[in-house]
Amino acid sequence: MKTDIILCGVGGQGILSIATIIGEAAMKENLYIKQAEVHGMSQRGGDVQSNLRISSNPIASDLIPLGGADVIISMEPMEALRYLPFLSKDGWIITSSAPFVNIPNYPDIETIKADLNKVKNVIVLDIEQAAKDNGVPRSANVILLGAAQKALGIEYDKLEDAIRRVFGRKGEAIVEANIKALAIGREAQK
Amino acid sequence: MKKLLLGDEAIAQGAIDAGLSGVYAYPGTPSTEITEYIQDSPVAKERNIHRRWSTNEKTAMEAALGMSYMGKRALVCMKHVGLNVCADPFVNSGMTGTNGGLVVLVADDPSMHSSQDEQDSRFYGKFAMVPTLEPSNQQEAYDMMQEAFDLSEQLHLPILMRVTTRMAHSRAVVQIKEESRPQNELNYNAQASNWVLLPAFARKRNDIVTAQQPLLEQMAVDSKYNQYIDGKDHKLGIIASGIAFNYLMECYPDGCPYPVLKISQYPIPKKLIRRMTDDCEFVLVAEEGQPFIEDQVRGVMPGNAVIKGRLTGELPRTGELNPDFLKKALGIANGESYAPCEDVTPRPPALCQGCGHRDVYTALNEVLREYPNARVFGDIGCYTLGFLPPYKAIHSCVDMGASITMAKGASDAGQWPAVAIIGDSTFTHSGMTGLLDAINENADITVIISDNLTTAMTGGQDSAGTNKFEAICKGLGLSEDHLKVVNPIPKNMPEITAAIREEINYHGVSVIIPRRECMQTLQRHLKQKKAAEKK
Repeated sequence: MKTDIILCGVGGQGILSIATIIGEAAMKENLYIKQAEVHGMSQRGGDVQSNLRISSNPIASDLIPLGGADVIISMEPMEALRYLPFLSKDGWIITSSAPFVNIPNYPDIETIKADLNKVKNVIVLDIEQAAKDNGVPRSANVILLGAAQKALGIEYDKLEDAIRRVFGRKGEAIVEANIKALAIGREAQK
Repeated sequence: MKKLLLGDEAIAQGAIDAGLSGVYAYPGTPSTEITEYIQDSPVAKERNIHRRWSTNEKTAMEAALGMSYMGKRALVCMKHVGLNVCADPFVNSGMTGTNGGLVVLVADDPSMHSSQDEQDSRFYGKFAMVPTLEPSNQQEAYDMMQEAFDLSEQLHLPILMRVTTRMAHSRAVVQIKEESRPQNELNYNAQASNWVLLPAFARKRNDIVTAQQPLLEQMAVDSKYNQYIDGKDHKLGIIASGIAFNYLMECYPDGCPYPVLKISQYPIPKKLIRRMTDDCEFVLVAEEGQPFIEDQVRGVMPGNAVIKGRLTGELPRTGELNPDFLKKALGIANGESYAPCEDVTPRPPALCQGCGHRDVYTALNEVLREYPNARVFGDIGCYTLGFLPPYKAIHSCVDMGASITMAKGASDAGQWPAVAIIGDSTFTHSGMTGLLDAINENADITVIISDNLTTAMTGGQDSAGTNKFEAICKGLGLSEDHLKVVNPIPKNMPEITAAIREEINYHGVSVIIPRRECMQTLQRHLKQKKAAEKK
């Protein structure tokens, strides 16, 4: 198997936490992993992205080539479109629907939604609302992960196990919140 | 044991497992995580490995040299421009040579994700006449650390290890040793004839170091990290160094049909390169950074092969490489992909909401509206973002500490008002000496030290001068009447703008220190406090 994933959003939205969970699950399965990210100036409210590659064969490049990504998982709708040239024609975009407007010239959200709907395989979810409605306000990112699970090629229960390992030391309450969030995501993408 | 590690973390673990006694560094993207990993390591705690941040890269390099002098192993870490700061001790550590193993780890930043330039540290290795190692992946970075220390102790030379952003900040599974080997014992083997660089001794050392170069080159030829992998089709040969090797392999999942020379140890292995240029009609050089190898291979004289690379347009002259550039250079067609979406707009970084620098710039801009020819010389840190809207407050940002010294130079030229804005960490890094110059000449400048009690841009590391700034300024000779400390919050705007206006109109050196903790570290401290109280 191989899955090339681009994770993106705005600095501070919790994208790297998703990457950590996927990476943890992949490592348990003895898959090869490469996960590239950019630190420093990129974090200050700017766009952030991570290239996460998992495969049963050794991986050469840390960066995904154009047209090579199987999935784009995005915490922000416009950010998902920024990486469109990296998405394979049969690839999936799984994105939050809520725009993060911290720039003066943010485009009209309807334009963004229309652009997203032109993509062959796309799931747009209001994860922030779903998180609030279900009492897991800080786990919107894990809802997104739940919605992306099928496209990742990792079994659902393996992601659950990874959540337990990654969030274990933060306490039972946080673990359960994230397990719940994952399930909400899975339900939502059906 | 297997661990999922960033390239930086693999380097750090490798150094600990190689018997490190001290890491000396100043925060700098993409190298910061190396020292942070060692600071968090239980083994480092147990072994009392030195692991506190230094005031700048020069003090770091010199302290590491002192540890090496006493026979113990030291690691120095920095980003590429940091090597400019410690160039003096770095080059001269090649002259003194080393006692305990000394490794200088430099993390370059091609495409300047977080830097002012994309200078290539391999030139420094050549300049200082020391070996340079350039791992291609995270496993190699881990393995190479022990080899680097061993090589250093064998040759009695510092070893430069160069990595780039895309490996430093990329995670992969790394096989690490079960146990870390012991540190060295203190010894007094260092000879004055090596370490006292009076001309009489320095000349002898220079001859020795120069004479050692052919040996270093032979070691590169024999190195297991430089591999000549033959291929069926000799029309083209490819030289690939560091992570460029990965991008090349990405293009050929079933194996490359052309001969490939992987270079991860310098000086460049001329013998292996000559084999390729004799064998192949064309040679493509794929390297991350500037055309360091390509230039040397091409030389001035025409050779057997036609050399292609960044200098001939096959690969972009500037910026980082990626698999797509390699594909294009090799004539491999890309599969189908979506066109870029035209509705996407750039989202540049910005100062955090509630950041103290915002209040400083608001106050400064308000006052400077009255002085249309004012010039504000900026510096390196989060506050550099004050260039962007809505503040558009600074006119220059060049290197660590340049704010104060450029303001003084501008003032010498007749500029008024000449304002400098600098952060607390940058001030102790290299602002103090500039301030001394200004005070000694009673320069007409206004210096703002925007103190957020941390080294923020790199993730909130300890700042060397916290709680010492007033004493430092007075110690340098600043008059107390022109040293003002303010709290940059909105309700203090009248006080702050009055202070700035008053000090601009004082025609001597003024220092204003707006002080308020960085929002990021404040939140972190509050979280830690909460967690501690729960226990």
